[in-house]
Amino acid sequence: MTETRTAGTSTASGSVPAIRLRKLTKVFGDTVAVDGIDLDIRQGEFFSMLGPSGSGKTTVLRLIAGFELPTSGSIELEGRDVTRLAPFQRDVNTVFQDYALFPHMSLVDNVAYGLRVRGVPRAERRERAREALERVQLGKFVGRKPAQLSGGQRQRVALARALVVEPKVLLLDEPLGALDLKLRQQMQVELKELQRSLGITFIFVTHDQEEALTMSDRIGVFNNGSLEQIGTAHEIYERPAGTFVANFVGTSNIFDAAHARQLYGRADPVCVRPERLRLSWSGAPETGVGVTARPGTVTSLVYVGHATQVRVQLDDGPVVVVLEPDSLPGSDVELLGRRVSVSWDDDAVVWLPSDVA
Amino acid sequence: MRLSRSAKAILGVVTALVLLFIYLPLLLVVVNSFNSDRTFGWPPKGFTLEWWGRALDSTGVREALLSSVWVAVVSTVISLVLGTLLAIALQRYKFFGRDVISLLVILPIALPGIVTGIALNNMFTTILGVSLSLWTVVIAHATFCMVTVFNNVIARLRRMHGGLEEASADLGAGVFTTFRLVTFPQLRSALLAGGLLAFALSFDEIIVTTFTIGAGDTTLPIWILQNLFRPNQAPVVNVVAVVLIVVSIVPIWLAQRLSAESVGVGAARVKSAAR
Repeated sequence: MTETRTAGTSTASGSVPAIRLRKLTKVFGDTVAVDGIDLDIRQGEFFSMLGPSGSGKTTVLRLIAGFELPTSGSIELEGRDVTRLAPFQRDVNTVFQDYALFPHMSLVDNVAYGLRVRGVPRAERRERAREALERVQLGKFVGRKPAQLSGGQRQRVALARALVVEPKVLLLDEPLGALDLKLRQQMQVELKELQRSLGITFIFVTHDQEEALTMSDRIGVFNNGSLEQIGTAHEIYERPAGTFVANFVGTSNIFDAAHARQLYGRADPVCVRPERLRLSWSGAPETGVGVTARPGTVTSLVYVGHATQVRVQLDDGPVVVVLEPDSLPGSDVELLGRRVSVSWDDDAVVWLPSDVA
Repeated sequence: MRLSRSAKAILGVVTALVLLFIYLPLLLVVVNSFNSDRTFGWPPKGFTLEWWGRALDSTGVREALLSSVWVAVVSTVISLVLGTLLAIALQRYKFFGRDVISLLVILPIALPGIVTGIALNNMFTTILGVSLSLWTVVIAHATFCMVTVFNNVIARLRRMHGGLEEASADLGAGVFTTFRLVTFPQLRSALLAGGLLAFALSFDEIIVTTFTIGAGDTTLPIWILQNLFRPNQAPVVNVVAVVLIVVSIVPIWLAQRLSAESVGVGAARVKSAAR
């Protein structure tokens, strides 16, 4: 949360933030969906809102788009207060989760829609729509109806439709959720490249941490309507600000306060990433300055392609997951139950605030 | 579920009998409108167009036909506007008393016509002090014709993706532009189906009409009622009945085709586009 405040002051000295949220709150009945969020999103940034379903990330997106009005707080778009404006009065556009293409219109009419309602003459808007469709490799299909397209193609039309009106900010609500893995990875790269070449601010909502880590300049991690942490992918992954972030983003080995006291004499939870742990199959503890080693027993092995996830029950600690990139010194059966030593560098350890959650 | 051969046969015969019972009398009316025998004995004695000629010559029939069409068209137009607005309000917005209003809107189609007729008659003549005319018939018909439009439109709205309207607003369209360019095209076939049903309902309505029509006016059903028991008018009544049958059945048939088609609007459109 410190990041939010410093971001607020630092961007104020430079350019105006693309989006500025202040104490943004949305209450539905008894549930607080968004709980007093402060956030500055810089111009030209690829910003991801990451969180589990129901964490409030989509509601924040809908508040920025104008589909919902906040219970309290404010939204600024490039320094202008848009909190109470209708969606059609805001210079932001949305790519919807289910695309929401107009089924009765051809692709070119779908894409030209935003220009049509702005009064752009017919010939010009069709030309620009055609160009936008070319840009997303759908130039051949201008006359088709959305129902005749595949999911990935519809997704591209939705993107072209939102971008053709040149919004200041593009909002993307889990746009890749309905696509299969291969297509999703391809679209991740394409989206990122598109954003870089257009220089438009993208706000990308996702529950997929890998997606957020690979695409974003910065990530905001949502939980229970609040922001747990804002930072670059690197910061979020390497220096999680709390147990929630440590657990939600990637796999984490968390030692609770009691175990941490045994290890380091400090009663705060501590977290180490699986790839930072090393295994000594012989059981001989690794020695050295700034290295911690603990004995344990192997409980399971899961081959994940590029490595093996080895679970080790520490004698005086929790079960930890070790990512072992090298080939194993024996078959699974031989290795299960083996006495090993797990070690890590002390500077790979991240201290987490002992939060109640 | 599979049916045995005998069950199929029995069900087939029952269905045929019921349909025969419904449509044979109607067919008889059609045949008799061309029957040269005044007493309509069976089998018909010969073919004649005399009754059709007489019906067309009769100013009473012509005026009644025009009145019926006019009443049906105007009440259909009113129903289309009000029914659509109601359906959008009740489907797209949440407000206090929504469920009650929803019930109150549908009720008129279930109310006995005679109750609606007496109530409206009372309202027009004693409370509002309006003299009865074709306009009062139009208003009376609109109360229940609206329901068919409302039902069709609300069913379509439920199926329609609400995100489309949000997408339209997101792209810069105001409320009315969104309705014109996005919502209305999605509703078009539902409106046509609802409107045709409303037209058919109004065109042959007699009970409510009896209580709300002005003294000098006649609609086609009223004309039949007035002339049914005049012996020399009987053949012409048959002709008028045939006209009523045709004008009522065609819209119903069209409406049914349209609603069947509109279930798969997307698919049907795709097919026609692919061709």
